[in-house]
Amino acid sequence: MATKAFQKIYTKITSINKATCSLKATGVGNDELATVNGKLAQVVKIMGDDITLQVFQGTEGIPTDAEVVFLGKAPSLKVSDQLAGRFFNAFGQPIDGGPEIEGTDVEIGGPSVNPVRRKQPSELIATGIAGIDLNNTLVSGQKIPFFADPDQPYNQVMANVALRAKADKIILGGMGLTNDDYLYFKNVFNNAGVLDRIVSFVNTTENPPVERLLIPDMALTAAEYFAVEKNQKVLVLLTDMTSYADALAIVSNRMDQIPSKDSMPGSLYSDLAKIYEKAVQFPTGGSITIIAVTTLSGGDITHAVPDNTGYITEGQLYLRRDSDIGKVIVDPFRSLSRLKQLVAGKKTREDHPQVMNAAVRLYADAANAKTKLENGFDLTNYDERCLSFAKDYSNDLLAIDVNIDTTQMLDVAWGLFAKYFKPEEVNIKQELVEKYWKK
Amino acid sequence: MATKGKVKGIISNLVTIEVDGPVAQNEICYITLGEQRLMAEVLKVTGDTVSVQVFESTRGLKVGNDVEFTGHMLEVILGPGLLSRKYDGLQNDLDKLTGIFLKRGEYNFPLDKEQKWAFKPLAKAGDQVEAASWLGEVDENHQPHKIMVPFVMEGHYTVKTIAPAGEYTIEETIAVLTDADGNEYNITMIQKWPVKKAINVHVEKPRPFKLLETGVRTIDTVNPITEGGTGFIPGPFGTGKTVLQHAISKQAEADVVIIAACGERANEVVETFVEFPELEDPHTGRKLMERTIIIANTSNMPVAAREASVYTAMTISEYYRAMGLRVLLMADSTSRWAQALREMSNRMEELPGQDAFPMDLSAIIGAFYSRAGYVYLKNGKTGSITFIGTVSPAGGNLKEPVTEGTKKAARCFYALEQNRADRKRYPAVNPIDSYSKYLEYPEFEEYISERISPDWTKKVNDMKTLLQRGKEVQEQINILGDDGVPVDYHETFWKSEVIDFVILQQDAFDAIDAVCPLERQEFMLNTVMDICRHDYNFDNFVDVSEYFKRVINICKQMNYSEFHSEQFEKYVGELNNLLAERQIAEA
Ligand SMILES: Nc1ncnc2c1ncn2[C@@H]1O[C@H](COP(=O)(O)OP(=O)(O)OP(=O)(O)O)[C@@H](O)[C@H]1O
Ligand SMILES: [Mg+2]
Repeated sequence: MATKAFQKIYTKITSINKATCSLKATGVGNDELATVNGKLAQVVKIMGDDITLQVFQGTEGIPTDAEVVFLGKAPSLKVSDQLAGRFFNAFGQPIDGGPEIEGTDVEIGGPSVNPVRRKQPSELIATGIAGIDLNNTLVSGQKIPFFADPDQPYNQVMANVALRAKADKIILGGMGLTNDDYLYFKNVFNNAGVLDRIVSFVNTTENPPVERLLIPDMALTAAEYFAVEKNQKVLVLLTDMTSYADALAIVSNRMDQIPSKDSMPGSLYSDLAKIYEKAVQFPTGGSITIIAVTTLSGGDITHAVPDNTGYITEGQLYLRRDSDIGKVIVDPFRSLSRLKQLVAGKKTREDHPQVMNAAVRLYADAANAKTKLENGFDLTNYDERCLSFAKDYSNDLLAIDVNIDTTQMLDVAWGLFAKYFKPEEVNIKQELVEKYWKK
Repeated sequence: MATKGKVKGIISNLVTIEVDGPVAQNEICYITLGEQRLMAEVLKVTGDTVSVQVFESTRGLKVGNDVEFTGHMLEVILGPGLLSRKYDGLQNDLDKLTGIFLKRGEYNFPLDKEQKWAFKPLAKAGDQVEAASWLGEVDENHQPHKIMVPFVMEGHYTVKTIAPAGEYTIEETIAVLTDADGNEYNITMIQKWPVKKAINVHVEKPRPFKLLETGVRTIDTVNPITEGGTGFIPGPFGTGKTVLQHAISKQAEADVVIIAACGERANEVVETFVEFPELEDPHTGRKLMERTIIIANTSNMPVAAREASVYTAMTISEYYRAMGLRVLLMADSTSRWAQALREMSNRMEELPGQDAFPMDLSAIIGAFYSRAGYVYLKNGKTGSITFIGTVSPAGGNLKEPVTEGTKKAARCFYALEQNRADRKRYPAVNPIDSYSKYLEYPEFEEYISERISPDWTKKVNDMKTLLQRGKEVQEQINILGDDGVPVDYHETFWKSEVIDFVILQQDAFDAIDAVCPLERQEFMLNTVMDICRHDYNFDNFVDVSEYFKRVINICKQMNYSEFHSEQFEKYVGELNNLLAERQIAEA
């Protein structure tokens, strides 16, 4: 970033710690960007003429006589159709060797949509994965994360979902991605021939962690451009939001804020909500759907990051390895799409809501039977049937390698019901049983 | 002269200001930033340095920006035309704001100044009146909206003149009052009130004793809430707090429903915006939106305004209660409000309490809940605010400050359980841990005996005992195995399952099952308890479960059918036949 002639240069830094440095300056605005010896920084605290700057790349090597220049604006992104097909770093600078973007300069982290101007989401997003479409149907304008342990193939599933989702634009916000994962996404999109529909903002594990804090807002500013200005259906992929939250914790701890649960800042809920709530269905047809990844440690969803996320997002998709069938499945117990009732049975066949609930109930009975078995008890005939059902259900519907349409999923489920149960064991409305029970 | 000041420091939305005159705690001020004026509230005063929380983003704010104090606390404007509106936490009418995105510093007048209201005087010249006395009324969406002596007016007044019946706007004078010294006061249809102060215009606040029918079986039948009662719904994410609250707000027998969407999802608010104008109030047949006010301060809207939003909602509730109406106030989620308090308290570097919440959190929650209640007004009429808040405990652990603070304040506890939600046993209210303290009130018992039947409370208690037994037996079966226990253990367990499936579970998304009127609840409880009272002939435990599954299936079909419809009666018949198969006749 070039220094303009009239800009005042400060050269006396009064204090430095790992994430921030302070100096005396006047006329500085809150949230304003600055450069400290060329490194980008942002104003996070003003007390009289004491200014505290958060240095995104870290403060390593910053001397007390570093040159500080204030840029007079908050972090921003140049938006235009030229964004399509391009890869950027956390500052919105190209990393693919291509030219700089020409377009309107928009401050990131912009205002919220007036709730009365939102439209109720109602468009189904089909992924072909029954663990999603049948049990946890996604809707455009929704925000939903994958909850997964770091060894689960969440990025692969997410890439699959993105490619099948029929979005006009897919915006990838990568935070703390390994270089391999970054290349994986690049390859998948390239091989699918959809690169022109993709915009990527990437912070890899090789980049400083604090930079990640800019990624979601960069990705969502680009998303808003396409959804608002071009009325496009935009899908935003954010992976991994746990890395994002870790960066928040680093900054707040360095600024001596009182941590709340799990060393996370007390404002974690609001910080995450500001990002996820950018998901929206606009009345003009454009939409922003957010699919994110929140990695868990040891499956613990009571940790502050997944916990707060669960309270914010419209459900969560839980990946788990089912050792009975040796495949990764979308766990029907903890997974949930809050918006599914807006489309299930409305945009899909009428029996959808009841079939999905009945199947999950039976799967729960199977889980009970399994506990009995593990405790060394005899199983009843019903227990046995539940266990067999569960195995088929897991393999034919829950596994992430399933790729069929929703009507087929329902037919498969009815088939399994008839194979193992009597109608009264399934607890579905009589009229539906009469219509769909496989004789 | 209004006090002025200049910005001295900024940390996020906490701003310190140097002032040139007097300021009051909680006073409202406006900070000028270019063309915009940002609203803020005083949190702390030290000498001539004042800390304020800004209700907006402070991006771009600089040292030296001008500040102007208003001389009053955060107020709401009260008058006819509040119903059906959608406000933000500071009572800005969201429909009047321009553009798709919220603009910082855009505030508006919350009512319609042009609209004319058909006014009917209730007082006459010469009447002695005081704060909250009813001077007249207008019809607001079929509610008798009382025009009252402003709550801020202390002491006694005489009505000098009152406007004759006719059409008036909210700003026209509808009465002139005189005080003892002969000073005159012009009264219009609107008044202002500071939200953080309770409106106390009643003579007495007895213990609530009347059932507030919600149409939700696990509430009305199992743990009823009362008109003017308080309750809270804690539960891990996704266990059904919002669905339950929405169900209550759609179905409850209330005159006015106020929904405070406090720091939750915007799409959920949109759902109410879309549904309520279409859905009918089951008690009056009118559109739900007509009786509803929505205060939406969703999670992406400014945090400080989130804290204000619950007070805005409560104050509007108190206003309608003073008119002798039954108000139902719902806040989702009170934890977000507590978190807003925590964020500010941390920025102010106050000494933190448990989990970094402010030390006085429990007192703040208690004071808020105490504003609800059933009251006798000075004119002998009654009014009520029933308040139900949700709590979102961190990690789903109920031993955290917000849940514990609320437990002390609220009288009904509807604990949502992860395990029930996982098994899709909705609403996931745990019937054993949950409670309604109102069941212990003799005046409630008396009321409910009269409203339903004298043996109602006994039946409900029998049902609870059986649920408890069922749970114990299930644990034993789990330890000893199916054939390690006598067959009648299985019978007990399956009877408790009948109660669970038929009474406790209720499908909020089924047009018929969603609302269960009290009469129907009585019928179903009688049916189920009749099943449970009997003994049955079984040879082995497998028969027990198979048999009761059929019983449950028929009862569920009843729940899905129109009450007393042909289809319903058909299932009643089927059920009786099935019961006859194995029931042992009573001796
Ligand atoms: N009574 C019910 N009948 C059917 N489904 C229900 C019922 N209650 C809850 N659900 C299901 O559970 C989902 C989550 O419910 P809800 O949004 O009310 O949870 P919540 O407790 O408010 O969660 P959060 O704390 O994250 O806001 C709903 O989207 C719905 O699928
Ligand atoms: Mg909720």
